Amino acid sequence: MKRLRAWIVRLSGIFFKKRRELEIADEMESHLQLHIEDNLRAGMTPKEARREALLKLGGLEQTKQIYRERGTVPALEALGHDVRFAFRQLRKRPGFAFTAVLVLALGIGASAAIFSAVNPILFQPLPYPDPSRVMMLWEEQSDGSREAVCFGTFHGLQERNRSFEAVAAMKPWQPTMIGRGEPERFEGQRVTADYFRVLGVEPVLGRGFDAADDQYNGPNVVVLSDGLWRRRFGGDRAILGRQITLDDNLYTVIGVMPKSFENVLAPTTQLWAPLQYDPSLPADGREWGHHLQMIGRLAPGLGRSDARNELGVILHTLGQIFAKGFDSSGGVPKGMLVNPLQADITRDVRPALLAILGAVVLVLLIACVNVTNLMLARSAQRRGEFAMRAALGANRMRLVQQLLTESLLLAAIGGVIGILLANGGVRLLVALSPADLPRVGAIRVDNAVLLFALGITTLVGLVVGLMPALHASHSDPHTGLQQNTRTTVGGHQMTRRTLVVSEVAIALVLLVSAGLLLRSIQRLFAVPPGFDSSHLLTMRVQEYGHRFDRDADRARFYEQALQAVRQVPGVVDAAFTSQLPLSGDFDSFGVEFEAHPNDLSSSGFRYSVDPKYFEVMKIPLLRGRLLNESDRAGAPVAVLLSESYAKRMFAGRDPIGQRVRIGPDYGHPDKPWATVVGVVGDVKQLSLGLTDAEAFYTTPTQWHWVDDVQSLAVRTRGDAGAMAPAIRRAIWSVDKDQPVVRVATMENLVAASEAQRHFALVLFEAFALVGLILAATGIYGVLSGNVAERTREIGVRAALGASPANILRLILRQGMTLAGLGVAIGLVVAIAASRALLTLLFGVSPLDPLTYAGVVAVLAGVAAIACWIPARRAAQVDPAITLRAE
Amino acid sequence: MGDKTDVWQGTLALMVLKTLETMGPLHGYGIARRIEQTSGNLLSLNYGTLYPALLKLEQEGSIASEWGTSDNNRKAKFYKLTRVGRKQLEKEARDWEQAAAIVGRFLAPSGEQA
Repeated sequence: MKRLRAWIVRLSGIFFKKRRELEIADEMESHLQLHIEDNLRAGMTPKEARREALLKLGGLEQTKQIYRERGTVPALEALGHDVRFAFRQLRKRPGFAFTAVLVLALGIGASAAIFSAVNPILFQPLPYPDPSRVMMLWEEQSDGSREAVCFGTFHGLQERNRSFEAVAAMKPWQPTMIGRGEPERFEGQRVTADYFRVLGVEPVLGRGFDAADDQYNGPNVVVLSDGLWRRRFGGDRAILGRQITLDDNLYTVIGVMPKSFENVLAPTTQLWAPLQYDPSLPADGREWGHHLQMIGRLAPGLGRSDARNELGVILHTLGQIFAKGFDSSGGVPKGMLVNPLQADITRDVRPALLAILGAVVLVLLIACVNVTNLMLARSAQRRGEFAMRAALGANRMRLVQQLLTESLLLAAIGGVIGILLANGGVRLLVALSPADLPRVGAIRVDNAVLLFALGITTLVGLVVGLMPALHASHSDPHTGLQQNTRTTVGGHQMTRRTLVVSEVAIALVLLVSAGLLLRSIQRLFAVPPGFDSSHLLTMRVQEYGHRFDRDADRARFYEQALQAVRQVPGVVDAAFTSQLPLSGDFDSFGVEFEAHPNDLSSSGFRYSVDPKYFEVMKIPLLRGRLLNESDRAGAPVAVLLSESYAKRMFAGRDPIGQRVRIGPDYGHPDKPWATVVGVVGDVKQLSLGLTDAEAFYTTPTQWHWVDDVQSLAVRTRGDAGAMAPAIRRAIWSVDKDQPVVRVATMENLVAASEAQRHFALVLFEAFALVGLILAATGIYGVLSGNVAERTREIGVRAALGASPANILRLILRQGMTLAGLGVAIGLVVAIAASRALLTLLFGVSPLDPLTYAGVVAVLAGVAAIACWIPARRAAQVDPAITLRAE
Repeated sequence: MGDKTDVWQGTLALMVLKTLETMGPLHGYGIARRIEQTSGNLLSLNYGTLYPALLKLEQEGSIASEWGTSDNNRKAKFYKLTRVGRKQLEKEARDWEQAAAIVGRFLAPSGEQA
């Protein structure tokens, strides 16, 4: 307590220096006077009296000094001096200061920006109470892969399990609301009653769903997001109990979610309604389709493996009770996969983000090395100053402290500018990020990022300053004071060379990574998608409302819309399809082959398409015939197979005329067979990088239902993107209330399908470029400093007959040796580091020789330029002038 | 400053506190003189070391200072004991007496123990 009090007083002493100084002087003066008077009284002469008093005090100035030191905190006072001095030093060398601050700002800014994206996605817990207990559940297939949950599974598990406090299932829902003007389609979710309870978030207004809401044919109720409530309903609190029209039905608003609610599973969701599936689980209904997501909140004290075990046992029982239902859904799952929600939603981006984080650390490292180099060069110039200080009695700690203050000051300025850069960088990052990046809304420069930036700034300041500080404090004041350019401190040069070598090595690692990613993207986009993506416009057209309840009415609308679109000038042809390649659509159904009576595990992507679809997409017909107008409802069902599907099922035999049962008919001996009439080329559906070509095609009228959401593909003569408004108008000329969404050229869709890799590539390219520039300036800096220090030596060489070419070669060799060493070390590191990129690569080995060779060539070229400039300067040294300068 | 000074500093604080208790408010010079007199001039105090000690005691709240006028009409800074200081003095005096007693026992003629 007493100590603390004393410290506080001393610390505050720093601020009242002047007053304290006066008081000390006054007190000393009064002391002396009192003493002198006493002495005079004792009979001394005035001169003696004063001398004796001073002697007894132990010297006036010395006393004042100890007094002062006790009065405040000397170390802090020195710090103040150091900071002011450092500022003056930096102002004296604006070029050095500017470069160092810029480099540090880039390094710190880039790190902070990347951290702000990585932190909420990978590290920060989800914004729910007790988030580690929220799990994502999948059905586990026999091969261990995961599959979406069907309602039968969900319902059975919900009724019987004890591992979870609550479980919920959900699916996307896109209702349409008609207002004035264009129809608006909302992003929504159909959820079971406990959805909000699993996440642990309650509506801020009204109530959430309960069991009475989530019943088969139950009430139409809806919960709004804060955003939708404010935008469409003006934030009116009287919204509760009001009815809104969605898809021709009236829904009662029962609640509004809080603004802070982050729906990580579907971040764009604007409203929620109960799922309302049939708990009697009819074997031929949607209750057995695998299209639900499932989450659960673990009961306290239970782990994932407990839950897995229990659910596995329950599934076994369910399989016996609902044998028929599970048959129609492809069999009882092997078990349930129970993954932490956060890990599950970040699964796909994790490798890319970690790689990017690694890259930015390398950039920061290069920045540090670079600035360390600058500082070393700077402190070499200031050797005289340090020697002088040492000679005047500054101890080693004091010198180190002063230099660290300078580097910390540099880092601090760099850090502040870095944060500003990060602010812009984050916006750029979000703009560049793939559409499915989770938690995009949480990416921003927040306190955690500021703290992180502060941390690395301090670290960088210390790292960057420590080596020069130790070097400077090491040097012998005697040689230093002579301040002679002839003497070169060998150890010092050694350090700088080591730094350059490591810089080149790190740059090489970055370049190799960027190169491998670039080659992967090139390879990917060189993969033929199976159709011609140029001059192709796509959009999703949706039907809504009760007048489309019957299939025939649906089919008629799409037919009329197609007629209207074909009339638009500039349109070559157009067709509807139930799903579009590389758009994120995913729709697959089982196919039973007559030729493989015992194989019930085959499924393919299902396309219901207009006969013209193949012409529009330019998908080639390989055998048999295409679909045509005669393949209508009532006629025998005609099926096209994709090439690789046909090949696998009918190796060597003619697939034409073979019989299959597709979709809901699968495995039902009482249902009629459909006939394979043709084979078409393979098409990439999910990703250019995956071999997912097994597909089958029918006409919409020969499929079991007419899809109410279809994609329109339009082949245009000119620029596809420019046609969008005209085509939209054409569709609305048939029915103005039908929403048209996801308008994109096929080329954009293809590009977006590889957004994840592309995102990583763009960042790696940027980082590699920065690394290259920094490494080049590093080499240049060391060599030109070296040349400047050796001017006299070079002059002597020239005077003794070395030709300019000789000298040029001498300096070049020196620089290129450093670069070569860096390249060699970098190659070893890059080979190890490229393994981390494995999941991001496509079609290239992590040891791709072409990439490595190219990168080495680029690096060598840049290094050569960086060496050549100082080498040429050295070659032009005039011996007469340098020797005279001595 | 070596070890000796540190020990000295500790005892110096005690002497200052005791002096202020007996004499009442006193200026630095007076305290120094009083300590010398009390020690029977056995201690030769470097007056300069007194002031940091006074400052430390003041920072710790054991004494308080105030400018005033001395007997012979000089302006001087007077120090006085605070309540905290009084307590500190009591405790330190006790500690010191105890320590002195223990050391005394060691130095006493050994026959007494038997």
